[in-house]
Amino acid sequence: MPSLAMVSSCLLGMALALPALAADPPICADGAAPSPTMFAPRSIPAQKILDVSWFVWGICGLIFIVMAALMIWCIVKYRQKPGDDTEAPQVYGSNPIELAWTIIPTVIVFVLFLVSARTIFEIDHTSPPPDSLEITVVGHQWWWEFDYPEQGFVTANELHVPLTRDGKSVPIYLTLESNDVIHSFWVPQLAGKTDVVPNRINHLWLQPTMTGTYVGQCAEYCGTQHANMLITVVVHEEEDFNAWVANQQADAVNDPSVASGRNLFLQTSCINCHRIRGTVANGTFAPDLTHLMSRSVIGSGVVANTPENLSTWVYDPQIIKPGCRMPSMKLSPEEVKDVVSYLLTLK
Amino acid sequence: MTTLPQPGHADGQGAFRAPFLSRMHEWIATADHKKLGVMYVTTGLIFFLIGGLEATMMRWQLAVPGNTILSPEDFNRLFTMHGTTMVFLVGMPILLGVANYFVPLQIGARDLAFPRLNAFGFWLFLFGGLLLYFSYFGAQGLYGMGSAPDVGWFAYAPLTERTYSRGHSTDYWILGLLVSSFGSIATGINLITTILTMRCRGMTLMKMPLLVWLMLIDAILIMIAMPPLAAAQVMLLFDRLMGAHFFDPQGGGSAVLWQNLFWFFGHPEVYILILPAFAYVSEIIPVFCRKVIFGYPLMVAATVSIGFISLGVWVHHMFALGLSPMVNTIFMGSTFLIAIPTGIKMFNWVGTMFGGKIRFDTPMLFSTGFLAMFLIGGLTGVMLATVPFDWQVSDSYFVVGHFHYVLFGGLVFSIFAAIYYWFPKVTGKMLSEKLGKCQFWLLFIGFNLTFGPMHVSGMLGMPRRIYTYHADRGWELWNMLSSIGVLIQIAGVLFFAWNVFRSLRSGKDAGADPWDAWTLEWSTTSPPPEYNFEEEPVVHSRRPLWDLKHPEDPDWKYE
Repeated sequence: MPSLAMVSSCLLGMALALPALAADPPICADGAAPSPTMFAPRSIPAQKILDVSWFVWGICGLIFIVMAALMIWCIVKYRQKPGDDTEAPQVYGSNPIELAWTIIPTVIVFVLFLVSARTIFEIDHTSPPPDSLEITVVGHQWWWEFDYPEQGFVTANELHVPLTRDGKSVPIYLTLESNDVIHSFWVPQLAGKTDVVPNRINHLWLQPTMTGTYVGQCAEYCGTQHANMLITVVVHEEEDFNAWVANQQADAVNDPSVASGRNLFLQTSCINCHRIRGTVANGTFAPDLTHLMSRSVIGSGVVANTPENLSTWVYDPQIIKPGCRMPSMKLSPEEVKDVVSYLLTLK
Repeated sequence: MTTLPQPGHADGQGAFRAPFLSRMHEWIATADHKKLGVMYVTTGLIFFLIGGLEATMMRWQLAVPGNTILSPEDFNRLFTMHGTTMVFLVGMPILLGVANYFVPLQIGARDLAFPRLNAFGFWLFLFGGLLLYFSYFGAQGLYGMGSAPDVGWFAYAPLTERTYSRGHSTDYWILGLLVSSFGSIATGINLITTILTMRCRGMTLMKMPLLVWLMLIDAILIMIAMPPLAAAQVMLLFDRLMGAHFFDPQGGGSAVLWQNLFWFFGHPEVYILILPAFAYVSEIIPVFCRKVIFGYPLMVAATVSIGFISLGVWVHHMFALGLSPMVNTIFMGSTFLIAIPTGIKMFNWVGTMFGGKIRFDTPMLFSTGFLAMFLIGGLTGVMLATVPFDWQVSDSYFVVGHFHYVLFGGLVFSIFAAIYYWFPKVTGKMLSEKLGKCQFWLLFIGFNLTFGPMHVSGMLGMPRRIYTYHADRGWELWNMLSSIGVLIQIAGVLFFAWNVFRSLRSGKDAGADPWDAWTLEWSTTSPPPEYNFEEEPVVHSRRPLWDLKHPEDPDWKYE
């Protein structure tokens, strides 16, 4: 069956083309998110995972080539010749051959096991590595809360971390908790995923090697808007990170020119779920809005944080993120405008 | 070819045709293993069309980023129903149906040990499936919340608790699976008893055809793996209807407990689904290579060890759960271990082809397709067993690609092989080779186009079960290819449907033994009479018909 052989060799070609994928994706200068590919690791654990993956792909690729070649050879060589309807010679088995193809896979598997086990123990830390920056990540349906206990503030949906502290590369040690159902924290360029499980505390460790913006998303199905539970991680130079921290630590700006919007916000039930530090808005069920405008996205990454999107969101979040937990507050267009102009001051 | 002794029954069938109602009654009231087998497989194929339709709608939605064909809720219902349908209402009934039909025939028995339990099992399965699908109409209940279940086919707690899944959709999911799992357990017990006690004279365990061996291990796995699932479903039902807190973290329950219980069923289940695939190709490959299976005793040993090891690998579904590195390492080891007997099987099949005289009729074509696809699915399985790599691609499209290579490229291809192989025995008519070959190539190309690119999109960071994605993530091309592949597969399935329809009406007569095969089912008429064999067969080797056809060189001299 030459066509079968042809297709098989196409498959083989596809498999061999895999390394081409490993080429680094272009780094976008304008902050646009690149592909969250595991082939462009920007953090030590992600790099270790990629290294061991190449080893595994190599071995599996070799096995594939050998087996596929054997099959194609049998298919081509041992087709029944036209007109020949005699039976093939009956071979019932062969102990040495069968022993060989029991032992060789066993050896291969043993090597794979040892190599992978070493990487597991290198990556999987149950206690924070020395000097690490600790951040608590809380998964909510369908957004992320980031709690910086050391710096004393809470933010949402965009994780900011430094490349270095005091000039030294620093591990980031994430404590993962869930507020409701199971989520999974996955930013492929920085680390493998770890589930975020209610009533259970998990940990994840990353150590960025390059500044930039990295994207990922929730990887465990968690309900209606699982698809839009996106993650943005920004890795800063040390001084940029410190500036960002200083801004986050401050209370919200109180701009008298938007007092009407501010009052409206504080008088509606927005404050039951959202917190704006420095005001009576003290809710914890939804993202902290103290420095909303320091974030590049809203709705956990579903759209960019532009005044237009923000207006639509405040008018009715269900238009942008159907099924999300925030209801339409039934504000009139003027009220929406007022509230949004207030929100726009929350730098 | 030597003529074989035939039971003299075939006449009289065309002469008198009973009225429609009494024929219906005959099917509904039947306890005959062959009729039940046909009913199982037919129902399974109908559910296969439904599940395929669900998949098609999902691929339509995902063809381009930001598509709005489906609402998030509808999409979530579709993948839940697709997964549940394909595993419980397609894979299970078809494998039980084929076993129902051919295990008694291959061991020279007249029926299964408990024919009425067998019928009971079928009806439980069918009504379980109907209950699940009734959720589309009935699950809204008084709350007006949701219709079909939308919790995913492994339904992780606490998403299934009342807090997060209101209305009755999850209750329908639980009850549907609970009912049909009792059916599977009953049939499992039935198969074990039949195989252990009803073999014809001369058929020692080591003279059983490989299909019978594999279905024995399969039935044992069903008996071990299904009860934990049923127990977990009952516990979840308690949580939802009676306020228990087994899986409710807010009440002190454990979300991890559900995962352990579910996957303690779920991973053996994967082998419950794939062992029958091994069974079909182990029957088909030797016949079409005109060669005895290579290394029968090792094949049996590999089957038994797969059965054992498959009970100890379930945690590899939970590598990202944050378990201790030691637990992860141990289960990585056990998962690697299972690759050894599976590899042995691959080698032995290729060893059977080696030096044969291969006839590429449609059953062999599908079996070869199975070998190639299962090779890929097996190797991506080894990759996934590597914990660090799994941390990246667990719950991503890579996993979706992997298990479709195993369950579609593996199980479904082998099911088509089995249908082309045994359809003549069951109906007395041949399926068209030409249409069959068209179907194979369409399905083979469409399948690879759909599921190959999924490995790439998974490694590029695309998680499974998302109803939409942004255009800037580099996934567009791969998703578009996957969706195009589906169209080609649909064409393949249409060829199959047309082929079956046409052959039933005007197919070529098959005769008792169209493939010149070697196991006992080919020694009786097509279709076999109700009593299967006129006199109880006596066998001397694993290939009784080979012995008959080649008295000068019988198998028993070498076994």
